[in-house]
Amino acid sequence: MPEGRSLPLSNSDYFDPDWAFTDVDTTGLESTLVRDWYEKMVIVRKTEQKIAALVETGEAICPCHLAIGQEAVPVGLSHLLTPSDAVFGAHRSHAHFLALGGSIHQLFAEILGKSSGCSHGLGGSMHLTDRSIGFIGSVPIVGATIPIATGAGLQAKREGKGNVAVSYFGDGATEEGVFHESLNLSSVHDLPVVYVCENNLYSSHMYITQRQPELSTTRYAKAHGIDSAIVDGNDVAAVSKAAHELIDQARQTGRPGYLEAVTYRWLGHVGHRSDVDVGVKRTGDLEKWRKRDPIARLASTLEVSVTDEINDSVATAVDSALDLARLDPSPEGDLVQNTVYAR
Amino acid sequence: MTTYAAAILEAHTYLLDNHADVFVIGQGLWSPWYVGATMDGLDTKYGQDRIIDTPVSEQATTGAAVGAALMGGRPIVVHPRVDFAVLAMDQMVNQAAKWSGMFGDGHGVPALFRTIINRGGSQGAQHSQSLHSWFAHIPGLRVIMPATAADARDLLIAGVLSNDPVVYLDDRWCYEAEEELPPVTELDLASIKPAALRDGEDITIVANGFSTQLALQAAKLADEEGISASVIDLRVINPIDFTPVIDDVRRTGRLLAVDGGWASCGMAGEVLASVVEELQPKELMASPTRRTLPFASAPSGQSLEADYYPSAEMVLSDIRRVVS
Repeated sequence: MPEGRSLPLSNSDYFDPDWAFTDVDTTGLESTLVRDWYEKMVIVRKTEQKIAALVETGEAICPCHLAIGQEAVPVGLSHLLTPSDAVFGAHRSHAHFLALGGSIHQLFAEILGKSSGCSHGLGGSMHLTDRSIGFIGSVPIVGATIPIATGAGLQAKREGKGNVAVSYFGDGATEEGVFHESLNLSSVHDLPVVYVCENNLYSSHMYITQRQPELSTTRYAKAHGIDSAIVDGNDVAAVSKAAHELIDQARQTGRPGYLEAVTYRWLGHVGHRSDVDVGVKRTGDLEKWRKRDPIARLASTLEVSVTDEINDSVATAVDSALDLARLDPSPEGDLVQNTVYAR
Repeated sequence: MTTYAAAILEAHTYLLDNHADVFVIGQGLWSPWYVGATMDGLDTKYGQDRIIDTPVSEQATTGAAVGAALMGGRPIVVHPRVDFAVLAMDQMVNQAAKWSGMFGDGHGVPALFRTIINRGGSQGAQHSQSLHSWFAHIPGLRVIMPATAADARDLLIAGVLSNDPVVYLDDRWCYEAEEELPPVTELDLASIKPAALRDGEDITIVANGFSTQLALQAAKLADEEGISASVIDLRVINPIDFTPVIDDVRRTGRLLAVDGGWASCGMAGEVLASVVEELQPKELMASPTRRTLPFASAPSGQSLEADYYPSAEMVLSDIRRVVS
């Protein structure tokens, strides 16, 4: 356990690197859904591993914040959404984008600054969008999309079609004032927003007990009168089950919900390395958390022939997408001036 | 005759009657004395689902408007004092202003942030600012500073119907100004240019918002002294098409900028620079100058306050100096 304040008794073992985690329970689930979860997580993992390699070689220049180890959270949640819902991310959002079905090719192209990128080469890794899948946008000002998602919930309420907004953020964002303002606003105005805190225990180099008096952030939901759930964020089925209840409730009653998924990022805050990140030394914990790998845990419920086939086909798809992105042209120079105002 | 304040109310009524996607959100909306007579009765007429009063959360409220705008709404966000809008700068400057340029998907953020300038009355340093120049610095925002009742109404409507994020700064010192208004026409905000409110031969005075009213008063006083001043009202201060200003200064040879903000990195300096860099030195008959606030925060005490704000007499003395 990193140095910091002594730990209070937590409301869960999920935070403990020595926790004897449980098997992923896929009982009663459609086999195609489980297979799809596995494939989505492998897509995220292999795409991000490729991005890490691009960062290491210098081919990718823009800041890339990777979510390797955290794949189960967006994959467990995204199949519950439709393109009419509105999803917002933050600086670490490749996984959110891909889990909704975002194009691997467009993601690579965006990171390489190509015109075929999902944001036309204007955004880079930290500014992803694809309205065709309901991913409205991600931005790196910490906490900034939390009120924006809240407003998407307000618009969904005004339209009355049962759409919901989803706001992804990390544990660090819960230290921003606007997070609390937003939860309060959605609670008093009954807005269908599901707040998803991916609590990976670190904000940049700071362990959570160096920043907060408790490990879990669900107390903030309680304070604002919002129903919450805390789950093992490396268990895709557990994430899906908890998210399902909160999303359904938001659709049917308009009430906001708060999901805390406890997970761990395997790499540093930004870039491709796991061993050096602005002073973080956490090798022992990382090794323990790697045993809680969300992909390996789900793989153990599938036939080896199935996972082998998926691993191979995804690897091929990721390689082709990158090859394609590399060949794509750079944006036209006047794109910057032509996009200051809306078209 | 319609006052500036009534014109703002009329714009709200027009928008709420004719555009179902428009709603209003902000603090004080169910007790609208906060905003003078500009929103009287809207909550009872249009309902509290459409005229939404909020918790004391400028940032979340502004962000929620950005989110609603991204999803098809046309919100008007009300900050009854621009000083409090400072708490929401991230959402206006980092988010709304940059959304189009960050993603390039053609989606702007059609939200209008109404931030009221509310000076005088011994309100002191944190209730009296004119921070329009901050917003005018930012690519992606459109910034409206109405000086007349007609613009207060029609540019509010144009701003709400614009597909870009708009900051609209009305000034409570303008609220009693009145004029006959024609029926509403929906204007394209991007086409709005500075307007000559007064033609003159000796000097061009450029102003915005309440400063335009000061400039008009000073020009009238100057006229009695035989000095003929033109007054150009900027109307929209971001982005600005300076062509009408440059053309007029080329004709008069003299330039005075009047602005209710501070001089440093402010609108008045922007006017001077934008004109001067387009003219040859020989085209100017005198050094351009500016009248702004003194470089200090607003005091509360009445005698100090009386000295702090520019007056028509101060503008007149500037006119005399430039023309002499």
